[in-house]
Amino acid sequence: MLSRRIIPCLDVREGRVVKGVRFRDHVDMGDIVDLALRYRDEGADELVFYDISASPQGRSVDRGWVERVSRLIDIPFCVAGGIRDVDTARAVLHAGADKISINTPALERPALISELAEAFGVQCVVVGIDSIREVDGEWRVRSYTGDPDHTRELPIRTLDWIAEAVRLGAGEIVLNCMDNDGVRTGYDIAQLQAARAVCPVPLIASGGAGASVHFAAAFIEADVDGALAASVFHSGRIAIPALKRELADQAIDIRRQ
Amino acid sequence: MRVVIVDAGGANTGSVRYAFERLDIDAALVTDAASIRAADRVILPGVGTAAQVMARLQQLDLVNVLRTLDRPLLGICVGMQLLFESSEEGEVAGLGLLPGRVSRLRGGPGLRVPHMGWSTLRATRADTLIDGVDGAQAYFVHSFAAPVTDDCVLAGDHGQAFAAAVRRGHIAGTQFHPERSAAVGARVLRNFLSPAFEA
Repeated sequence: MLSRRIIPCLDVREGRVVKGVRFRDHVDMGDIVDLALRYRDEGADELVFYDISASPQGRSVDRGWVERVSRLIDIPFCVAGGIRDVDTARAVLHAGADKISINTPALERPALISELAEAFGVQCVVVGIDSIREVDGEWRVRSYTGDPDHTRELPIRTLDWIAEAVRLGAGEIVLNCMDNDGVRTGYDIAQLQAARAVCPVPLIASGGAGASVHFAAAFIEADVDGALAASVFHSGRIAIPALKRELADQAIDIRRQ
Repeated sequence: MRVVIVDAGGANTGSVRYAFERLDIDAALVTDAASIRAADRVILPGVGTAAQVMARLQQLDLVNVLRTLDRPLLGICVGMQLLFESSEEGEVAGLGLLPGRVSRLRGGPGLRVPHMGWSTLRATRADTLIDGVDGAQAYFVHSFAAPVTDDCVLAGDHGQAFAAAVRRGHIAGTQFHPERSAAVGARVLRNFLSPAFEA
């Protein structure tokens, strides 16, 4: 049986883990390896590192910290941010990342998804999608969401983009529901259910986790393969061992250590 | 102990090397026949497609070296799939060390392909390679899989049973990634390195 995955997401800037409103008021959370090991010990099934300094500055991920993490971490991890071409992806994968995640660059040039899938196999290629419900009730995608001043509204329907990304070679979709992001009122179950219906590859819920019940709802009601969260784990509001016990009590298949 | 990792161009060669480093083994990345023949343990990792890895082995002129090796050989992921006769992925011939053909996971309702994440291992017979891991979970990422044959020692399940680990004499393989399977993965690697593996 395949377990449902619990995935902490860490924002990385200059090789340190930071938190705060993206691009503003960053608080240093500590060394990337220390935090990665802490989450590994607590039972995280996978980690996502989002290099927030790379993408907006138009430079690629610093492979130094990717190597440091890979050396010490014995669970899978994905690197996001600043990956715009096959060469950069190769450098990140060869530094030890298991997967790479692309978002805005895939929207700007969808062929990038196919190029990465051909070069490394679909299992390495994650497409991250930032989605928002617009006034007409449709979910549509946003690009450049890392920087609120530069976020762009695109006319692409989220569900269409999921299908297209999978067709082009995405091996996994991370759907970040922006309406729920940071509010801790739960994942956007309706949107995740709609996404699930059009997504034959693994689907990861993102945005809105505030309590254990939110994870359970995403797994049970939206049948997602994994659930990603950041602040609730960093703040200690949700402890992964307790979360996993609660999920297991509800007969959700969770990895035991 | 001399452990070598065949650098077949896959993206996980670094991660595999680090996994041995965590076991205090300095495993060298190699591409030449002499280093492979002189090693005590040979690792064939693989991330990518079967065709890519096989083409690279041909380019390096290592196909026959691996076929005729008499030292313990561990294939990982695509590296394990290539131990078999052929793969549906790109219709490529493998090393042919184990009988059978690798085919695409069928998937189905509630069964996503790629099969990605932590999945349960079920021992199909006792073997040194898998001591202490029956019933545990390991990390898988794959769209193709080998059948459960007499060489299978651990089965996985994704709507269909498939070979999660194989063993025949000095030939072994894991479909999962021991380098990314926490304590379970480290245990399998230690089992492979142990003198008992050769007994």
